Amino acid sequence: MHPSLLLILPLVSAVVIHFFLQQKRASIAALVGTLVTAATLGLSLMLLGSENSTTLFNWIQVGDFKIDIGLKLDQLSTGMMIVVSGIGLLVHVFSLGYMKDDEAKARYFGNLSLFMFSMTGIVLASNFIMMFIFWELVGLSSYLLIGHWYQKDSAADAAKKAFLSNRVGDFGFLIGILMIWGISGSVVFDEMSLTAGTPFLAAAVLLVFCGAIGKSAQLPLHVWLPDAMEGPTPVSALIHAATMVAAGVYMMARFFYSVGIDVIPECSAMTIAWIGGITSLFAALMATQQDDIKKILAYSTLSQLGYMVMAVGLVDPNAGMFHLYTHAWFKALLFLGSGAVIYACHHEQNIWKMGGLLKKMPVTGWTFIIGTLCLTAVPGTSGFFSKEGILHAAHDKSHFLFGIAVVVAALTTFYMFRLIFIAFLGKAKNKHAEHAKEVPLIMGVPLILLAVMALFSPFLGSLIPAVDGFHPHIGIEMNLVTGCSIGAFILGLAGAIVLYKEKESDPLAGNAVMKVFRNKFYFDEFYAKLIKVFQDLVAAVVHFLDEFVINGLVVGGLTRLAQGTGNIFRAKMQTGSLQNYAFLFGAGIILVIYLTVFL
Amino acid sequence: MLLALLLIIPLAASIAILAGAPARLTTLGAAALNLILGLFAACCPDCAGTISWLVLESPAIHFSLGLDGMSAVMLVLSVIVTLAAALSGSCPEGREKLWYSSILLIAAGAIGAFISTDLFFFYAFHELALIPTFLMIGILGRGGNERKAVAWKTTVYLAFGSIVLLAGIILAGTQLESFSFEHLAAVENHQNAIALLLIIGFGTLVSLFPFHSWAAPAYASAPAPIAMLHAGVLKKFGLYGLLRVGLAVAPEGMQHWLNLLLVLLLCNIIWVGFVTINQKNLASMLGNSSVMHMGYIFLAIAAAIASGGNIFTADGGLTLAASAAVLLMFAHGISIALSFSLADRIEAKTGTLEMNKLGGLAKTAPKLCFLFGLVAMASIGLPGLANFAGEIMVFLSGFEGWTSDQELGPVQIATIIAIWGVVMSAVYMLRAFRNTFQGPLEAKCENVTDLSLLEKAPAILLSLVLLAVGLYPNVLLNLLK
Repeated sequence: MHPSLLLILPLVSAVVIHFFLQQKRASIAALVGTLVTAATLGLSLMLLGSENSTTLFNWIQVGDFKIDIGLKLDQLSTGMMIVVSGIGLLVHVFSLGYMKDDEAKARYFGNLSLFMFSMTGIVLASNFIMMFIFWELVGLSSYLLIGHWYQKDSAADAAKKAFLSNRVGDFGFLIGILMIWGISGSVVFDEMSLTAGTPFLAAAVLLVFCGAIGKSAQLPLHVWLPDAMEGPTPVSALIHAATMVAAGVYMMARFFYSVGIDVIPECSAMTIAWIGGITSLFAALMATQQDDIKKILAYSTLSQLGYMVMAVGLVDPNAGMFHLYTHAWFKALLFLGSGAVIYACHHEQNIWKMGGLLKKMPVTGWTFIIGTLCLTAVPGTSGFFSKEGILHAAHDKSHFLFGIAVVVAALTTFYMFRLIFIAFLGKAKNKHAEHAKEVPLIMGVPLILLAVMALFSPFLGSLIPAVDGFHPHIGIEMNLVTGCSIGAFILGLAGAIVLYKEKESDPLAGNAVMKVFRNKFYFDEFYAKLIKVFQDLVAAVVHFLDEFVINGLVVGGLTRLAQGTGNIFRAKMQTGSLQNYAFLFGAGIILVIYLTVFL
Repeated sequence: MLLALLLIIPLAASIAILAGAPARLTTLGAAALNLILGLFAACCPDCAGTISWLVLESPAIHFSLGLDGMSAVMLVLSVIVTLAAALSGSCPEGREKLWYSSILLIAAGAIGAFISTDLFFFYAFHELALIPTFLMIGILGRGGNERKAVAWKTTVYLAFGSIVLLAGIILAGTQLESFSFEHLAAVENHQNAIALLLIIGFGTLVSLFPFHSWAAPAYASAPAPIAMLHAGVLKKFGLYGLLRVGLAVAPEGMQHWLNLLLVLLLCNIIWVGFVTINQKNLASMLGNSSVMHMGYIFLAIAAAIASGGNIFTADGGLTLAASAAVLLMFAHGISIALSFSLADRIEAKTGTLEMNKLGGLAKTAPKLCFLFGLVAMASIGLPGLANFAGEIMVFLSGFEGWTSDQELGPVQIATIIAIWGVVMSAVYMLRAFRNTFQGPLEAKCENVTDLSLLEKAPAILLSLVLLAVGLYPNVLLNLLK
């Protein structure tokens, strides 16, 4: 079985669905997409743990310079493939139910296949240019899927915002790749060699990291991810929680281990760690005051991605990758669970209009609670073990970051149990929630399987995408770090119980500080102003200058001069039709040539 | 002989049309035949042969045709866009003679310029192609009396560029053994003056800042096939000329003006990028975006200048920078032709190109939406489509030879600033796509029929080329070896 099938299968599926199946055969399209994903999962399992690099073909060759399309297989990439294709398959299956009656079901599954193709390309890329190619292609599939319901203004705008925010990050990423090419002489991961203290290295590392800021939605480019929830919920689970948004972390891990983590300059590493830390804190604060079930999970994803980025910045990408791996399963579970809730409540997303869902939807409810326990790092769950690694790394390097990480842990527990108390416990708050029914089997089974993976993922060591024989620390020992982690959980839970148990409305709603959280620290408003001034205003001024100074005065003057001459001719020759001008023009040119060349 | 045929076919066809042959059929036949012959000639340069007739002894001027890698790529671009242009637009009743013979004349002029291997005819063929361009804008262009002013402005501008260019060519030519391309070599005197004349002359024809303001209005008023042929093919004459002639005769002069060129091309990208963002009309937006994207090709030329000015490697292939320039010229030519072809269909179906009057067109015209989305993505530089391959090569050539023990040079800094352009392209293209195709259905888009097979034909042809070159750029790069 050649590994290139991992790329070929989803690509063929996307092409076949888009061009041959379309809406008339939407059910076949859905089946094709799902079966292909099942096949890639099987293939990924077979390739798990293999180590080699192959070149598929030469993409660009000019003289000695060439860019290849190749695959790099190692524990990092093959483990990541399990995450991508495993969650991909469950999301496909869940979508069979969730998108059953969508009027553009074929387009949906076609774009999902396109996403599987692009994401696989990022994971298996053997060089930076190839990674950038697929990096852009996941951006496209994300754009298409967020804008699935493009007739809604909000969906169309969210898709555009996601693409543009990513583009801003890619601006830096591309410059970073060019600089790395100059510094190390190669863009191939296996051939990059660097020595510590090389000039420009610190800048190059930060520029490459810009790509991760965009894709993994770190501050200050995080604004697109909550809006991306406009897409269908299974898409949010796969792309905007488990895989694509984690690509930034994956890319940094690949990059750091390729050049060697010893050469990464301290200043760039700490900048990365702080960006991750600040993102996790801000996002957690914003999550505490959201009322839309998907938005809560979206901010939670931002916050957890912040954790992972922090681990990368603490020069422990393995810890970040371990958290990426556990987070992928339980966050996909939570998102699909929210999808099941939204499906059962007739597209209601406001948690204050739900309530009592645990009794009505036991499978969804209990799997959701399992996901919550993992996310809030209850000792013994997957989230606990992976978060522990990051807390230890933070504790070793910076007490400030450790403090932030612990506060975020408490906030995570607080906002997740707020969600549980309001949406799943207490009384039903409207008639949709009153009459909610458990989702059909085709959606229930993926939830159960994800719950199993969420619980047992840390114990399946060979699946973990990491390098250098990384073995996670599984066990609970009482020390300062663990104590803080457990203390944070208890504190968060207590806060949620006191404030939200059996409440009908948010007791914190009137608070001025909470209003800031609710309004997401006014980032969107600030950016809207910024774009108005720095883009639209500048564009208007430049357009004005272009029109009236360059075009109007300089060129207009010339044209009028020529026109004046033309008018004299016209008066003399009594014609005025353009043919004659053109003839005169041609004759004039020939005359000039004649005069200059022949005389 | 094959090369002569490539010229004779469109010329003969246009004469036949003027003499009364069925215009559309003759044009399509000639364009299709030329496409086949052009592709054949490009794949097999040896079969193409060369022609050289001495026209004048002193100074030595030959009517000579020949094909090498670079001209082969330009030839392929010309014949593809010609066929697509012949299939695009809707000719007003009774004007078939003018419409179709102009298309063929422009094609003949462009092909002639690219396969000439003598400076004199290289220049003369381009002039030949300009005349029908002006006529078509002035007579059959959009927008009432305004079109006459636009035709005038374009004429004055391009005439200005041509004259300045001619001065440069003559100043260089008098120092050369002959006007033949094989005798092009660095001249001894006045290199700086020659370089400046060529940059301004060729630059004006390619809408280099600040000589760019003719382009967007001209494309917005020109009938679709003319906009496609000029923006897609004819405009590349200036870039091709700078690479082929400018760098050969005045490498040191070009070096002298390198920083000026860098500033001007950054203005093309950033300044015109802002102008493009502010456009409200789809055709003007596309016209301006075409001006903006010229900046990237100039950047590749600047990189070629900075690396010494020799665009050929020891084994006769092209350097990275020159290959990047040629690849991006090709990609841009195809993509801009496709955008104008589709914009024309949008106008034909909805009656407007004002973006605030459009919306939701994806619902009523999904095929049009798909094709426009594809070309928008090409223009944004999405991998898998030809423009990305060209752009990434341009950026790489900007950093070619730079190592970490040097400071960042002017070309590297210009490259970094230029990369911001990919963000700006995404801003205006996605905004246009969003406003035209997405969102709730606007009144003008309600009773729209999707593209018919005939309307789709040119777009599918061009899209397939964009995809083929984007997925496997070597298909084109191999021609350059």
